[in-house]
Amino acid sequence: METTISVNLKIWRQRGPKEKGQFATYHLDNVSTGSSFLEMLDMLNQQLVEKGEEPVVFDSDCREGICGMCSLYINGHPHGPVQGITTCQLHMRKFNDGDTITIEPWRSAAFPVIRDLMVNRNAFDQIQQAGGYVSFNCGGAPDANATPISKEVADVAMDSATCIGCGACVAACKNGSAMLFVSAKVSQFALLPQGQVERKRRARAMVKKMDELGFGNCTNTGACAAECPKNIPLSNIARLNREFVKAKCAD
Amino acid sequence: MADLKSVEGMIDSTPIMKDYADIESSKLPEYQIDSKVPEGPIAEKWTNYKAHQKLVNPANKRNLDVIVVGTGLAGASAASTLAELGFNVSNFCIQDSPRRAHSIAAQGGINAAKDYQNDGDSVYRLFYDTVKGGDFRSREANVYRLAEVSNNIIDQCVQQGVPFAREYGGLLANRSFGGAQVSRTFYAKGQTGQQLLLGAYASLNRQIQKGQVKSYNRREMLDLVIIDGRARGIIVRNLVTGELERYAAHAVVLATGGYGRTFFLSTNAMGCNGSAAIQAFKKGAYLSNLAFTQIHPTCIPVHGEDQSKLTLMSESLRNDGRIWVPKKKEDAEAIRAGKKKPTDIPDEDRDFYLERRYPAFGNLCPRDIASRAAKERCDAGYGVGTGNAVYLDFKYAIQRLGADVVRDRYGNLFDMYQMISDDNPYETPMMIFPASHYTMGGIWVDYELQTSIKGLFAIGECNFSDHGANRLGASALMQGLADGYFVLPYTMQNYLSDQIKVPHFTTDTPEFDKAQKDVEDRIAKLMAIKGTKSPDEIHKRLGHVMWNLVGMGRTLQTLVQALEELEDVRKEFYNDLRIVGSANDLNTELEKALRLEDFLVMAKMMAIDALHRNESCGAHFREEYQTADGEAKRDDEHYMYVSCWKYTGDNEKPVLLKEPLKYEAIQVQTRNYKS
Repeated sequence: METTISVNLKIWRQRGPKEKGQFATYHLDNVSTGSSFLEMLDMLNQQLVEKGEEPVVFDSDCREGICGMCSLYINGHPHGPVQGITTCQLHMRKFNDGDTITIEPWRSAAFPVIRDLMVNRNAFDQIQQAGGYVSFNCGGAPDANATPISKEVADVAMDSATCIGCGACVAACKNGSAMLFVSAKVSQFALLPQGQVERKRRARAMVKKMDELGFGNCTNTGACAAECPKNIPLSNIARLNREFVKAKCAD
Repeated sequence: MADLKSVEGMIDSTPIMKDYADIESSKLPEYQIDSKVPEGPIAEKWTNYKAHQKLVNPANKRNLDVIVVGTGLAGASAASTLAELGFNVSNFCIQDSPRRAHSIAAQGGINAAKDYQNDGDSVYRLFYDTVKGGDFRSREANVYRLAEVSNNIIDQCVQQGVPFAREYGGLLANRSFGGAQVSRTFYAKGQTGQQLLLGAYASLNRQIQKGQVKSYNRREMLDLVIIDGRARGIIVRNLVTGELERYAAHAVVLATGGYGRTFFLSTNAMGCNGSAAIQAFKKGAYLSNLAFTQIHPTCIPVHGEDQSKLTLMSESLRNDGRIWVPKKKEDAEAIRAGKKKPTDIPDEDRDFYLERRYPAFGNLCPRDIASRAAKERCDAGYGVGTGNAVYLDFKYAIQRLGADVVRDRYGNLFDMYQMISDDNPYETPMMIFPASHYTMGGIWVDYELQTSIKGLFAIGECNFSDHGANRLGASALMQGLADGYFVLPYTMQNYLSDQIKVPHFTTDTPEFDKAQKDVEDRIAKLMAIKGTKSPDEIHKRLGHVMWNLVGMGRTLQTLVQALEELEDVRKEFYNDLRIVGSANDLNTELEKALRLEDFLVMAKMMAIDALHRNESCGAHFREEYQTADGEAKRDDEHYMYVSCWKYTGDNEKPVLLKEPLKYEAIQVQTRNYKS
């Protein structure tokens, strides 16, 4: 059965991208263990607003782990201590009465802080714009069953396509590398017949954009996959490396 | 059942009721509803329309600007397709990326009339099921067109690289959804919405890269700009800087989703809102069928007062899960008291009430029926959990198919359930309860998806057109993409072809000045209240009023009471709202307050619409109007029309206009899911 706990919160507060930030501490009582982590932050914000203080700014939207809007570095882990979920899916029953919880924004040069725990992830959109698509205009598609795709291939492509673009991989990486994110999209299209025509161009363009935007290099540490809320496997990075080398060799 | 005598007394004694008693007679003869449905047999209407509509030639497309507000399935598909055609598109979203729009959370699937399963499906059958599922309150011609283009959508998405589920032979897999007797639902695990949205987002990205779409993130539309009677632009608030910005175009498309968060708790995302619809309403667009709000039967029950949203468990679970409550009240009481577990109840003491009441469709009956049946059992004292929950049990599916097959089909949904509830659905039944999920009502549009304002179009969930009084599962994704990929890009040209000589607009006009000033005044007014209640506190109160009085079961009494209580909430909002921070800065509290102000208008309009519709149909269940066995009792003679509400002023009564519904290709009948 659910109960209530008290927690101490150490939260990063920062007015803007250029301003200096610092930790602020708060204490919160009567947090239901059935509440989600973000509902706990809602409670905190309600109490701050009641005191006339500005609430802690954080991103969240769907609150069911699929939109990729929420972030947060919780006790040293992107999306908190539980493997395979986003922050919005984290529940307070995972914490103990009296715990101190440290909450920081994603920390990466490519994701500047906007305010408090909210960061700017436009760089991810720019990478996708560089080549994360199949180029064809609406209306010209052949019948959906015209090209059979084996279930195994479709399933692996689906596993790659599951990426929610939250940025946890970049935040987890000591180099701030976006390889897992980029490789998930490159893999999806490299596996499917529809992606073959632009396969080389795509790998080149997306990697080039990634490098331009200041993401770090991959040193195969694997923190990205370990912290990924959608369990995107590291094998995608191996595939991206192959795709990229093949594309470069073809030049 | 409402006590009809006391209701009659109330009509005389309640001032609010008097206010609305003459609404029926209020007619403005100058406003005619023209749905622009083409002539001819239903199967030829769309083909004929496309053959004869006006087009814009490629050289002229370059000179025409279109604003698309929203980046969900409808918005992203429309923006990318219009850009592919050559129009200059500006696309706006409130999130940090177009990929976050709430279409992404749709789990179960998307319908299409492919008949890949050879089980007797056809365009006509999908059309028929949709009209019937909507309880004969949708526009026949629109629904037929929707069914017609459904097959193109699947082709389009596969070509985009959407990894739909496949059979071992390599062809696409299907599953069944509520309200259908065929397997026509295409899916990608329990993440179909995500994959379809990422497909549309990819197409959108291609156009952004080409410079054909300008993408504006973290921007919220706050007003529609009308010049000489036509929609010509929008005022948006930059959510990062707090600055107001102006954008002009030859036409404006709203793809802003539904108003389900009027109930506060819903399966919608935190940012979902009805504000664009209210802004359009205040500028002359009609709002239609607002009473038709879908309460989804399979959501995880509410856990407490701090809850911020509800999580849906996909309808696909009803393919293999069996819904039940205890047959004996003492068992239900023992379960609620924690003295018994669901697994302690033997099969013969379980009431599989959907299978009992609706043998032909069983657990796969439409959403409105399944939701009401759950409420009926809980109201009668058979609910489990807090009393507001029923069981969805996979014991039988696991016995029949084995745990591995069940895990393969629903594994991610089971994991999600366990994460939220801390129960293991492989071992104990899930608890579910209905929650606000989707809104069938919305902005009135004609066959071309144009609103009653020239040059303003509405697509996806934010319009009213295709789902009537109840939407079938896996049809929302279909409609969003149909509108955006295959309908609007054609029909819009019929309007834009007249605009080719109109030069690009500047935002430096008196109309833009005034619109911006109005928004500034509105914000200043809210900031100046300086009361004690946060927007969330007031929104929760609004939600309680709406859920209790304008929710799954409504009566004349509850609706009259709702209008009175909404007036109190409104007063609280304008007298006691507190917004901390400043207006010219990032301010999440101000964002919430502005949306809430619009929800208050929406709530009132929903209650008025529900009050005026003296019948039960689809999701609109007026308890006074039911058959002896508790089914919805429609009144086709008096209510077979689309209600179109016209704004006449903040303190004025809205005017009701009616678009009669005619069914030529389908025989109107009472919905029957029993035999």
